[in-house]
Amino acid sequence: MATAENPKYKVIGTRPVRHDGADKVTGRAKYGADIKLSGMLYAATLRSPHAHAKIKSIDTSKAEALPGVRAIVTSADLPAQGDRIVELGEGAANMRHLTANVLAREKVLYKGHAIAAVAADNIHIAEEAIKLIEVVYELLPPVMDVRKAMAADAPILNDDIRTASVGSAPAAKDSKPTNIAKHFLFEKGDIAAGFAKADVIVEREFDTAMVHQGYIEPHNATALWNTDGKITVWMSTQGSFSARQQTAELLKVPISSVKVIPTEIGGGFGGKISVYFPPVAALLSKKSGRPVKLVMSRASVFEATGPTPGSHMKVKLGATKDGQLVAGEAWIAFEAGAYTGSPIGPACMCVFACYDLPNGRVEGFDVCVNKPRTNAYRAPGSTHVAFATETLVDEICEKIGMDAADFRIKNAAKEGVRRVDGPVYARIGMVETVEAIKNSDHYKTPLEGKYRGRGIASGFWFNCGLKSSASATVNPDGTVSLLEGSTDIGGSRVGIAMQLAETLGITAEEVIPTVGDTDSAGYCDVTGGSRVTFATGIAAIEAAKDIQRQLVERAAMIWEVDVAQISYRDGGVHGPDGKFLSFKEMAGKLHATGGAVIGRGTSSAATQGGAFGTHCVDVEVDPELGKVQILRYTAAQDCGTAIHPSYVEGQIQGGAVQGIGWALNEEYWYDERGEMRNATYLDYRIPTCYDVPMIDTIIVEVPDPQHPYGVRGVGEVPICPPPAAIANAIYAAVGVRMHDLPMSPPRLSAEILKKK
Amino acid sequence: MATINMPRVFIPPPMRPLTAGEEVVEVAGANIAQVIENLEQRFPGMKERLCQDDALRPGLSVAVGDSVATLGMLQRTGPDVEIHFLPAIGGG
Repeated sequence: MATAENPKYKVIGTRPVRHDGADKVTGRAKYGADIKLSGMLYAATLRSPHAHAKIKSIDTSKAEALPGVRAIVTSADLPAQGDRIVELGEGAANMRHLTANVLAREKVLYKGHAIAAVAADNIHIAEEAIKLIEVVYELLPPVMDVRKAMAADAPILNDDIRTASVGSAPAAKDSKPTNIAKHFLFEKGDIAAGFAKADVIVEREFDTAMVHQGYIEPHNATALWNTDGKITVWMSTQGSFSARQQTAELLKVPISSVKVIPTEIGGGFGGKISVYFPPVAALLSKKSGRPVKLVMSRASVFEATGPTPGSHMKVKLGATKDGQLVAGEAWIAFEAGAYTGSPIGPACMCVFACYDLPNGRVEGFDVCVNKPRTNAYRAPGSTHVAFATETLVDEICEKIGMDAADFRIKNAAKEGVRRVDGPVYARIGMVETVEAIKNSDHYKTPLEGKYRGRGIASGFWFNCGLKSSASATVNPDGTVSLLEGSTDIGGSRVGIAMQLAETLGITAEEVIPTVGDTDSAGYCDVTGGSRVTFATGIAAIEAAKDIQRQLVERAAMIWEVDVAQISYRDGGVHGPDGKFLSFKEMAGKLHATGGAVIGRGTSSAATQGGAFGTHCVDVEVDPELGKVQILRYTAAQDCGTAIHPSYVEGQIQGGAVQGIGWALNEEYWYDERGEMRNATYLDYRIPTCYDVPMIDTIIVEVPDPQHPYGVRGVGEVPICPPPAAIANAIYAAVGVRMHDLPMSPPRLSAEILKKK
Repeated sequence: MATINMPRVFIPPPMRPLTAGEEVVEVAGANIAQVIENLEQRFPGMKERLCQDDALRPGLSVAVGDSVATLGMLQRTGPDVEIHFLPAIGGG
């Protein structure tokens, strides 16, 4: 039923076939690895076999002499960056670190760190040439553990890092370098007084392993540095404009000389925002005079791109015996990897975000270790801390004998509640997601059987707004060609087209969306932060309104009346005396009334409201093997307004499955030398269809008042609750509280044995 | 006559030594740039910690009310609004 908060729409909420569907299912869609250009060379990358070492020398002479080798680059070919910090739309980058991550300079900081690249007539020659490059290293001790890296006597990775914080005093020039790159502190209320009111206090320590986003398509880039100085890059990226800026900054060329053509993308989840290959391919192209293609191996994707950090956390919660949370405290340390930049800030802001907590203190640390530089991964930082907080909530519920859903409803964050980090919530839907689970068939159905248990958990993510643009051209046959610059990872093309269609009163099929390159489309920030359906959607709505205004002017000319007498609604223009022309009829008069109608829209001022999810899971544990089987899974999420419910459901299901993998199996497994020992999908185990049942979804719609149709981002929240929900279910099944991720068979069976 | 209250700036814990421990201060300013200038007048040293080259420091964001300010230093404030300096947030 339509209500003021949930109005009735014609296009929004329907499930049209996606515009790129035919190309995707027939294999015609172009991905980065499909790019083939005339005269193209193939390149390979030399990577460090050591986790921590100084580079004493690099000798490429033997490789250069190999027939078929056309160009070799090292960090000496990349411009020095100095101490530049550059804003990249979604976060800032230290250019000294970014360039050293692309090609190592004085040191290698993790196994797999790129050192040199060779372009040759074919990939086999390039790979042979790589073996001929001689690098002399001075080995240094690696530090792989976040707590060890914080110690005063720890090996230091970067000489230029001093601890920084929001509002901290600048470091003294003579201060010593450290691995602790950032420190955050948030406080609310009186923490001591809060815990003094508690009847129950639980405090636990948690460790989570580094995990990878696990996208199926490896990183790739093909670049042509033309003789006119123009650089064209074809690549798989979450943000063509961000990739353009990073490439231009790394090469120190004007941004206008770089054109990024985004290919279709086989997953990203935050891992395809940073660039690795484009500047290398561009330099190889400049040296060779030919286009150069780089495609990453799976092992290098694991070892040398941007996974999400491992962590160590100490979290404490206090509640009264009638189930009122009174205080919470968290100490969180994240592995940044080789360079600063873990999502420790958001983690600190998310750790208690689901609750109305009157007294809180959160402290966080971003710590460099000899692992790859971490990057965003779906709701960066939030899954780690949800694992900690939500398992403590379950333990409190057990101790006071309260239903876990009722406890969450009683303490849920809601409109007007102040977060520990300061801001007050606008309209949010945490309560509604817990109620949706409580009222679900799943939660109401008793779970029976030995070694079986049920758990629930909630999660939060902010969702970003940032900047987007769109333009839309009316075609004479009544269709609209929509051009936007947000790479489409999860079906956003159709979601954006549907918002334009809704605004114009036409069908989704009458919109032809295209994701353009950086010279064609208007600026769009990255596809990340669950922002595209929200922000690029607003840009498309604005473009549609621009078209409406122009069609009203055309109708005024046709009917010879003032524009004030005409309005656009219900798919056409309405004039005096019942005059009406449909959108299609107006489109047919384009050329007779002045030519093209092109609407344009931008979105830069909007910020999104946060989103919440609550999940319920049933598991069965094999007490001998420690293997966990997921029996049933239901995920409820506040999606604002679901534009295309199928893709909302798909995002929720995909996020939940990634969370299940993080919970049960996935981890970077390092030996004492700092070498990842499971850098293949055979050994790094992501869930398959054999591991998970159908993920049931409940779409809760609490519209975001900051979007014309109430959209909230969907893509990130669903990864947050699974580890805690599964941990709580494991406890219900076998009475073992798990505090480390992954809860893999060896780890769980060891805990079960301890209990016996 | 009704009193028009100034924006209320929430001071991050590491900056509280500059405000003698005050957690929230009222500071005039029609936009964030003016608020920071006025903070600097009252609590010298604030601007250096918040700004770099007349922009917010990289990695820092500011929230006006319940929304992250997309216009940075140019973001309009208003009476009674809360201002929070927070880590910038990206996403996956």
